[in-house]
Amino acid sequence: MTTAPTATATVLSVSDLHVYLGESHVLQGISFDVPADGVTAVLGRNGVGKTTTMRALMGLVPRSRGTVTIEGEDVSRLPTHAVVRRGVGYVPEDRDVFAGLTVEENLRLAERDGEPRYELVHDLFPELRQRAGQRAGTLSGGQQQMVAIARALLNRNRLLLVDEPTKGLAPLLVTEVASALERAAELTTIVLVEQNLSVVQRLARDVVVLDAGRVVHSGPAAELLADPEHVRRLLGVHGGGH
Amino acid sequence: MSTFVLLTITGLGLGAMYFLVASGLSLIYGLMGVLNFAHGALITVGAYAAWWFGDQIGGSAWQRLLLGGLLGIVAGAVVAGLIELVLIRPLYRRPVEQVLVTVGLALAIGALVQGIWGADPKVFPVPAWMIDTTTVFGASIPNDRFVEIGVAVAVLVGLTAFLRYTRFGLVIRAGVENRAMVAALGIDVRRAFTIVFALGGALAALAGVLSGVYFGVVDPGRGTSLLIFAFIVVVIGGFGSIGGSAVAAVAVGLIQQYANYYASSGTGDLAVVLLLAAVLLVRPAGLAPKVAH
Amino acid sequence: MRRSASIVVPVVVLLLLAIVPKLSLDIPVVLNGPLDSPGTLQVLALCLLFAGIALTYDLLFGFTGLLSFGHALYVAVGVYVTAIALTRWEWGLWPTLAFVVAVGIALPFVLGAVSLRVGGIAFAMVTLAFAQAGNVLVQKNPYGWTGGEEGTGLNYDEIPDAFVGVLNTKNLYWLALGYAVLVFVVVRFLVGSSAGHVLRAVRENEPRVEVIGLNPYWFKLIAFVVAAFLAVLGGIVWLLLIGGATPEVTTANFTLALLVMVVLGGAGTRYGAMIGGFLYTLLDQRLGALAGSTRVQDLPDVLRVPLSEPLFLLGSLFILLVFFVPGGLASLPARLRGIRTRREPLPEEAAA
Repeated sequence: MTTAPTATATVLSVSDLHVYLGESHVLQGISFDVPADGVTAVLGRNGVGKTTTMRALMGLVPRSRGTVTIEGEDVSRLPTHAVVRRGVGYVPEDRDVFAGLTVEENLRLAERDGEPRYELVHDLFPELRQRAGQRAGTLSGGQQQMVAIARALLNRNRLLLVDEPTKGLAPLLVTEVASALERAAELTTIVLVEQNLSVVQRLARDVVVLDAGRVVHSGPAAELLADPEHVRRLLGVHGGGH
Repeated sequence: MSTFVLLTITGLGLGAMYFLVASGLSLIYGLMGVLNFAHGALITVGAYAAWWFGDQIGGSAWQRLLLGGLLGIVAGAVVAGLIELVLIRPLYRRPVEQVLVTVGLALAIGALVQGIWGADPKVFPVPAWMIDTTTVFGASIPNDRFVEIGVAVAVLVGLTAFLRYTRFGLVIRAGVENRAMVAALGIDVRRAFTIVFALGGALAALAGVLSGVYFGVVDPGRGTSLLIFAFIVVVIGGFGSIGGSAVAAVAVGLIQQYANYYASSGTGDLAVVLLLAAVLLVRPAGLAPKVAH
Repeated sequence: MRRSASIVVPVVVLLLLAIVPKLSLDIPVVLNGPLDSPGTLQVLALCLLFAGIALTYDLLFGFTGLLSFGHALYVAVGVYVTAIALTRWEWGLWPTLAFVVAVGIALPFVLGAVSLRVGGIAFAMVTLAFAQAGNVLVQKNPYGWTGGEEGTGLNYDEIPDAFVGVLNTKNLYWLALGYAVLVFVVVRFLVGSSAGHVLRAVRENEPRVEVIGLNPYWFKLIAFVVAAFLAVLGGIVWLLLIGGATPEVTTANFTLALLVMVVLGGAGTRYGAMIGGFLYTLLDQRLGALAGSTRVQDLPDVLRVPLSEPLFLLGSLFILLVFFVPGGLASLPARLRGIRTRREPLPEEAAA
């Protein structure tokens, strides 16, 4: 069931996306639109293809069929670095900070255009300024998450792809990350994969639900979350939350 | 005592050459995941190019060595860059085929060099000063050893500084850890590949030139024998680690010399091989693992 | 119907190969002399021998996915241990064979047990290191046994008359053919057995094998020992064919040549490795003869140089093959029929 998105401009448009990993047909024709500004959450049980979708958008897995457009431009066949240069920031599921580099080096590597927004980043995450010279491998999980998000916020991106940023974090840190994303959402459009429904409730305007490699629901977040029975059917027992 | 000093410095001289070859191999494998069997051929290309250019230029031994050597290094870099662009890059995402191509290249280039110049060693221009000896702690050390050690130390310092202080070095260090994430930051890693490959070629060629000085001749088999030791050094030192390669190269060079002398000739090579097996069994990633491969 | 067809063709080929020494047939260009001449039989015997040895390597690399850079070591063991026992120690034939068999099982068991504790590149490097140690040992010439650089000749006293002398080259030919058939039968048996299925699973997805509760280590070790043992036997045949032992058989180049043979023919396929081994050896021998001929020596340098170095041609051919026919020759029929056998690259390859 699809409801038309509320905003008029579409930042990201995915149409009939198919991805094979080995012999396995992981994404079987994913289609959804992401309206400009605010947060669109991608939900679903474990293993339905949420992370694969993100990686496919980034060009990190081969896309065998389908189109991906960013603000009207077809990026379906572009290599990863070219997609990113079109203004896409990525916060991967495992953070993937460079352990052997310092915090400052991790950020410096992420600089893309002429005016990296260090003030914004240090404002959001003051701890990073303090730990600038520390090797990223020695940071805690929460601190690494901050580095990962900071990296994506450094440049003026039209779109942020954020994959399970609160996974494995203590409740206090979950709140901190959610606040940071809230502020980020004021500046850019975010596609957020999340299992923690309270975070989704706080941040998301629209949701897209996946199951077995397909989109089974899309529409306003508030509408879905107001219907616990529907949530349970789509997402499982109590619908996530860590 | 004087024998010990001679052995030590000779071991360091050999270690210097191993380090030069190993550092290139290590970066290439660390960043690109390509086990470059053609690296030995690049050593040979560098050595023969230096010899040939030196011959064309003529003049004093210093002239032939320095100018020829420089051109030899350039030749190594150029050939390596071309190999990467034409043969390796199109096989991106097919790592097994990439290694196979380097195997084919190793055979083909080695045979080509032999075909053009024959299997007999060619005399390399070595200035008289390098053949002369200096007395250190009672030992008579041929001066070329100091040159090799000096060059290797300079390269070590230069490479480390390059990796730590330049943006390109930053990209390489990150890429060795996780090349997909580097691409996900908007950086075109493939350009880095070509440059790193060419850099590896230059270092291999430099090792080839130094081997010409050390052994006094260039021959088609030198590249392969140096390469095997360099592989051992890279594995012991850890892929992607320059510092690890340096330490391992010193260890390998010294062990080889000491064992060959104090035990019996040839034992050194055996000892090195056993060292490799021992290190791998205890720490399969080598001494300084850095690579996520 | 297809099953019987797939038996008929190889049997026919085998019969044809068996009667070769009886045929007084000339094949111009490809072979220098009629089929039943000793010179040609020698070349063909060598080709058949390497068909077998290549298949032993394929068992490791193509079927089990173990990239070993030290397989040459075991051929060398077959060559040198036999030569030393017969020539230096002056043992009889049967004690020698028994000894070589014992070494050919014990040595790969020990070295394999050690090497297989690591995987991937580390495994490749350890095997390379052990093979290099073999090379060094041979060059060291302990007690004068190996003859160092120059190798050692073979004492024919204890060798059955059937294998001695130029006129008996045809018997050596049949011995080589028998070896190739033996290797084929053993490998087929192993691959078709339940152990073989585990090996294939190990190559495809090793963690999954562990999940089922099997320990891949022992299966890999079995494959390693079988492959090595068969290679040792090949070494014995090599010694008889060549009539002496030289260090060339201990070099890294030798193992690399095996790798080229296997990839040339098609790794992991039924006949690929044997075809690759046969063709490579034939090309190497004939190109080598061509290289020395006056026709080539008289050519201008630009042509003479590449043509006088068989390895240059083989190496270049190999590179072209890797680019355009990565499945090896065995994949050509499928390609020609337009069947796509390549699957989508895995995400690890894509993300790499």
